[in-house]
Amino acid sequence: MNFDFTDDQHAIKRTAKDFLADRFTLERVRELAESREYDDAAWREMCELGWAGIFASERYGGQGLGMVELVILMEELGYALAPVPFLSNAAAGLALQFAGTPEQRERWLPGIASGGARGTVGLVGGGEARLVPDAESAEVIVIFTGVGGFVVERSGADVEPIETIDLTRRFARVRADGGDPLVGDGGDAPYRIATAVAAELTGVGQRGMEMAVQYARERKQFGRPIGAYQAVSHRCAQMLLEVEGARSASYYAGWCADAEPETLPLAASMAKAYASDAGWRVTASSLQVHGGIGFTWEHDLHFFLKRAKVDGMLYGSAGELRDDVAALSGVEAVAPAPA
Amino acid sequence: MDLTLSPSEREFRDRLRAWLAGNNPGPDPPGDDAAFEHRRDWQRKLFDAGYAGFAWPKEYGGQGATLVEQAIFGEEMARAKAPQPVNILGLVMGGPVVIHHGTEEQKERWLRPILTADEIWCQGFSEPESGSDLASLKTRAIKSNGEWLVTGQKVWTTYARRSKWCMLVARTDPDAPKHQGLTYFIMDMEQDAVQVRPLAQITGEPEFNELFMEEARIPDENVVGGVGNGWGVAITTLMNERAGLGAASAAGVRIALGELRELADERGVADDPVVRQRIGQLTIEVELLRLNAWRGLSAIMKRGVPGPEGSLPKWQWSEVNQALTELAIDILGEDGAAWDSPWAYRFLRARANSIEGGTTEILKNIVAERVLGLPKLR
Ligand SMILES: Cc1cc2nc3c(=O)[nH]c(=O)nc-3n(C[C@H](O)[C@H](O)[C@H](O)COP(=O)(O)OP(=O)(O)OC[C@H]3O[C@@H](n4cnc5c(N)ncnc54)[C@H](O)[C@@H]3O)c2cc1C
Repeated sequence: MNFDFTDDQHAIKRTAKDFLADRFTLERVRELAESREYDDAAWREMCELGWAGIFASERYGGQGLGMVELVILMEELGYALAPVPFLSNAAAGLALQFAGTPEQRERWLPGIASGGARGTVGLVGGGEARLVPDAESAEVIVIFTGVGGFVVERSGADVEPIETIDLTRRFARVRADGGDPLVGDGGDAPYRIATAVAAELTGVGQRGMEMAVQYARERKQFGRPIGAYQAVSHRCAQMLLEVEGARSASYYAGWCADAEPETLPLAASMAKAYASDAGWRVTASSLQVHGGIGFTWEHDLHFFLKRAKVDGMLYGSAGELRDDVAALSGVEAVAPAPA
Repeated sequence: MDLTLSPSEREFRDRLRAWLAGNNPGPDPPGDDAAFEHRRDWQRKLFDAGYAGFAWPKEYGGQGATLVEQAIFGEEMARAKAPQPVNILGLVMGGPVVIHHGTEEQKERWLRPILTADEIWCQGFSEPESGSDLASLKTRAIKSNGEWLVTGQKVWTTYARRSKWCMLVARTDPDAPKHQGLTYFIMDMEQDAVQVRPLAQITGEPEFNELFMEEARIPDENVVGGVGNGWGVAITTLMNERAGLGAASAAGVRIALGELRELADERGVADDPVVRQRIGQLTIEVELLRLNAWRGLSAIMKRGVPGPEGSLPKWQWSEVNQALTELAIDILGEDGAAWDSPWAYRFLRARANSIEGGTTEILKNIVAERVLGLPKLR
């Protein structure tokens, strides 16, 4: 029993943190968001570092590592709020690696793993997939329908760009009449994707909390730092509780995906449900701690708040997943004494 | 990262589970005295099997269990719905404090009867004027002819009526700053100068008591950790109290959650969307409690000491247990109002969870100041 990363995993985390801190200063994130752009140069560097295919088999040019490593990267990408098409492409990679036919994998995974020919994933609700990241720029789109899924080329789908409140990411609505079916019902690939988003939300929440704590130490009113007032400090303590919960849940789901896939559906539903709420609550609470400055466009917090809200809707909302948790869990199945 | 048990951990768990299946005495019988005897017998059974003070080092009669084994132990006890051993305060607080801060003579004198439940321990920290602000306590100890005379009042002292020994923090230097003038004593409760008056709780039970001391006598050799060091020793006690809660309390609420789900099924509300949302949320929080506890254990195994983030599980557990019992009462509707409804007791008892062992507000202060580094108000 050891709920801690290996030395290699710690090294990945450190490298990712340093790299992202260097490439994505908050000024840079703002510049990209305001011009609705991604940082192509940084994205290419990430691909050269092997991030895009970190979980993909080596036979398709990936690193052959696991969900835990992907979770580590996602958390740091969320913390940095890096505007790059990483999540969409990773989602497509997970979908194809874990639910694709051998031909589909052969055809698409190398491009996804190298980042050279990206993919994305949409969840269909009411005939269309309404919130699909990076569909315009992807080569291939995987659509999950709830009972299965299929693969379409970008050119074979009707893609309508939409601007969401999250300016650090491009989204579109996607309609496609059908395509090349995935294996079976899509297996646990959607849960792997949900786990990745939960990890991203953990990083977003961590950053929102750190901004609040730093501000609460510096900002003075009535002659003392506002962090000395419990109405403020207890908010911050609550943020820690929720961020740590999101972290435990997403690390656990990552581990389940790699080591105990039969527990993944429940673990991932828990992680994404909890992290969706936590990401929003923490960033919203952080805004309150900042007072008026937190409501200005000039302050960077709103980029995190908006990412958190949209991530919360992406690939399963808290409400939907909480209901899944209730459905999926007999108590023994929820949390067996570790076996 | 590996969240499975090692073969030896699994073997330990299976052995314990089998032993519990044959030896668990089941729930307390009605009546205070009967419950007390029931739990004392239970502790003796645990002792004979080597499970009492299981976390203590071997040289002091424990098993030197690893943190993981301790967590498994807590989980299995909860899973089996075994009662608490009667001398719980001695086992989780008094013993560890003596082991950590005591002299060899003190260890020799006190440890074994804690394990055998021959001598019950209680914790005399809180006072009428000093609860959260424990360091402001006023009970005075004055040295006279090689012994200490203690005068003052304690309150909320769980099990005081049954106890032989009291972990007592008293002021020995009224002129020193408030954290520095305190001393940690082990006081013999069997003397006329110590009077115990039971206090009924909102559940109707007299689990805790008031304690009145009028020149109660404590020999000098019963000072633990040195005169003036009482605050540091008391903190060890509280850290143990909170750290010990992690995995075991997570397992406890997991069992309760199972019962709640059965209740929802019985009452035909398992498909109600609002109930489902609440059960789903509780299910997540119960699981998070377990995961956070394990993550905390891994951190201790790496760094050696529990950190202030040990304040999270106790806070979180109290919220989960309160929310869970509230949902049970909501599901029961009017039937939940009855004294003898099976959930009424648990629902009421849960209100203490966010007060006992440090209130939630104080735990939030600790998190804010020591984990997040926010400034103190004072
Ligand atoms: C069931 C039960 C068993 C107990 N058993 C024992 C025992 O065996 N031995 C023992 O010594 N004690 C015991 N206690 C006492 C317990 O530790 C105290 O009740 C607790 O520490 C709170 O102290 P208080 O009751 O004086 O409340 P107070 O400290 O007066 O607090 C009242 C309210 O004010 C809040 N508050 C106080 N200070 C602050 C602050 N700085 N910031 C924000 N809010 C604040 C508190 O959170 C609380 O909501 C027990 C309590 C209970 C309920």
